[in-house]
Amino acid sequence: MSVTIEKVDLSLKYTAYYKQVKEELFEGSSDILNDQRNKAFQSFVMQGIPTRKNEDYKYTNLHPSFAPEFAFVHSRTDEEANLQEIFRCDVPQLDTTLAFVYNGWFSKKSSAIDRLPEGVILDSLENISKERPELLSKYASLANPDEDPMVAMNTAFAKDGFFLFVPKGVVLDKAIQIINLMKGSSDLLVTQRNYICVEEGAKLQLLLCDHSENQNNYLSNSVTEVFAGSNAEVEFYALQNQHNKATSIHSVFVEQQRDSRVTTHTASLHGGLIRNNLKFILNGENCEANMYGISFLDKKQHADNFTQVIHAKPHCVSNQVYKNVLDEQSTGAFSGRIHVVRDAQKTNAFQRNNNLLLTDQATMQTKPQLIIDADDVKCSHGATVGQIDEEALFYLRARGIDEDKARLMMMNAFAHEVIQEIKLEPLRERIDELVDKRLRGELARCHECSYGKDC
Amino acid sequence: MLSIKDLYVSVEGMEILKGINLEVKPGEVHAIMGPNGSGKSTLANVLAGKEEYEVTSGSVLFDGEDLLDKAPEDRAKDGLFLSFQYPVEIPGVPMVNFLKSAVNEHRKHKGEKELTAGEFLKLMREKMDMVDMHPNLTNRSVNEGFSGGEKKKNEIFQMALLEPRLAILDETDSGLDIDALKTVANGVNALRSPERSAIVVTHYQRLLDYIVPDFVHILYKGKIVKTAGKELALELEEKGYDWIKTEN
Repeated sequence: MSVTIEKVDLSLKYTAYYKQVKEELFEGSSDILNDQRNKAFQSFVMQGIPTRKNEDYKYTNLHPSFAPEFAFVHSRTDEEANLQEIFRCDVPQLDTTLAFVYNGWFSKKSSAIDRLPEGVILDSLENISKERPELLSKYASLANPDEDPMVAMNTAFAKDGFFLFVPKGVVLDKAIQIINLMKGSSDLLVTQRNYICVEEGAKLQLLLCDHSENQNNYLSNSVTEVFAGSNAEVEFYALQNQHNKATSIHSVFVEQQRDSRVTTHTASLHGGLIRNNLKFILNGENCEANMYGISFLDKKQHADNFTQVIHAKPHCVSNQVYKNVLDEQSTGAFSGRIHVVRDAQKTNAFQRNNNLLLTDQATMQTKPQLIIDADDVKCSHGATVGQIDEEALFYLRARGIDEDKARLMMMNAFAHEVIQEIKLEPLRERIDELVDKRLRGELARCHECSYGKDC
Repeated sequence: MLSIKDLYVSVEGMEILKGINLEVKPGEVHAIMGPNGSGKSTLANVLAGKEEYEVTSGSVLFDGEDLLDKAPEDRAKDGLFLSFQYPVEIPGVPMVNFLKSAVNEHRKHKGEKELTAGEFLKLMREKMDMVDMHPNLTNRSVNEGFSGGEKKKNEIFQMALLEPRLAILDETDSGLDIDALKTVANGVNALRSPERSAIVVTHYQRLLDYIVPDFVHILYKGKIVKTAGKELALELEEKGYDWIKTEN
């Protein structure tokens, strides 16, 4: 019983905190953001920090992550003189337009946004929501606070994040790389809200990298809304590489118009607790949505990928491949929901989740869910949880390859199916390398790292 | 070279081999024949180091060293090769990476310099011609999507690359058409030398027309019940295994 009380208390702690800092939250924020705040807060009060009784959070207990006494960052702070100094790029061959978000706040001065093609906007959400509110007309239209307490909490607390706009017909020849850097002198809770709009016929490759400096407890609760116009093409890569005391909750919402193609890659290489919500709505005919995910877990790490694809219009294709490699006592979860609405005929929807357990203590939960209201569709799902194929291992060893190396080859092979789908070649090669290092038990951190082996 | 003494082996508590004795000298080819379930594949797998086989007693020496103590990879590097009866498909592990690793592990073991990618490709092409393997196959994952015959050729191709001193062919002839059988046999014969030996496990005499053995052993119910020259294979072809069964 005491446990329940504690859980209620934890939610109360954050609702009390909201009331306490409310003025600070409203101050300096645009109407667009503030208009949503109170309503979202009410929604958070109703829902609380999710417990395992919440069906969508059945496999992830967020309560321990919210327990520390966190500091918040409610206003823009003086950031480090040059973030590019702190962060040494992890993909050296990758020629990108580099931008920084520091503790949830977009850093204009460290970002190379002046080199973007004309009409492309990459700026702080706070700024744009005040100066160009018309560009944010669909703010919070995808991320409904009533459907997820973490989205509610984000909407109530969010003050900044990045805003990215690619106007009609503009094809970005260079990928945009945004580094989310968390760095504080104490435990930190960061709320980040991002908004991406890729208009008709435009093309974007975006790479998000999550990093945390020093060994504090970090909790990041981010929401990203992505709007892809008709015939737009978006590749969205998320590289999660933090430490074991970091919790990352990232909810990504994508709306696609007709003939658009959106591909997401989520590579979770390191982190204490990772929860990725990825929700697509295919709102025009002939859309293609590809969702790939790979995670590597060890120690007591936990990763939970929760996906949802709503096929709202006919003739669309969605394809999901998620893989997990779980070592030691790590735990993982995958829930994939495909919803084909009544008139979305000729839908092709595929989903696959394969998991490799390397020890007896590692566990994986996998839950496919298909809701099909149309009658002329092709949908499939498959999930496997297994160990390394001993027959294959013996075959490799019988040719003189030692056991460790043979295992490594097999694990790389397992991961490679997902990694090979990465279209940005230098990124693909780099992730291959990081994965190989990760599987060898070395730290797969993509930048110079001062942590000990325990991070 | 290989000396098996009174070998008893169980799988999941069931005794499969019941006192095998076999002496293979350098340059010799030994055929092991016998009806289904007599323990032929078990013997091949035990020698290669498969873990689920439990040796309950007896000993195996390879070049005077205890073979059973060694890990499968060490046996391979010492020069023992098993051509698998059912080669495994390993999706995602590219053939070329696999073969290059295998060859270089062998070279390291022998104190030789590792081959560069270019050197390796040259060697690979040479050996592929030898077993008439389609070059496209090396662009695939290990055995993935190979036909039955291609898988068997791939085994012989690997053998040609690794140049073992003792090759154990576990029913390499099964599932092969006559042309493929000849190709496989040619691959094996090309490796024959006064230093190299082979154990050929087979059901049929046919393969032995091409790989002519020095000795033929009949394995029945976990024991070698008869040993003779190559003429024994012909006798078996003619009479079947029934006379062995009635005698034992």
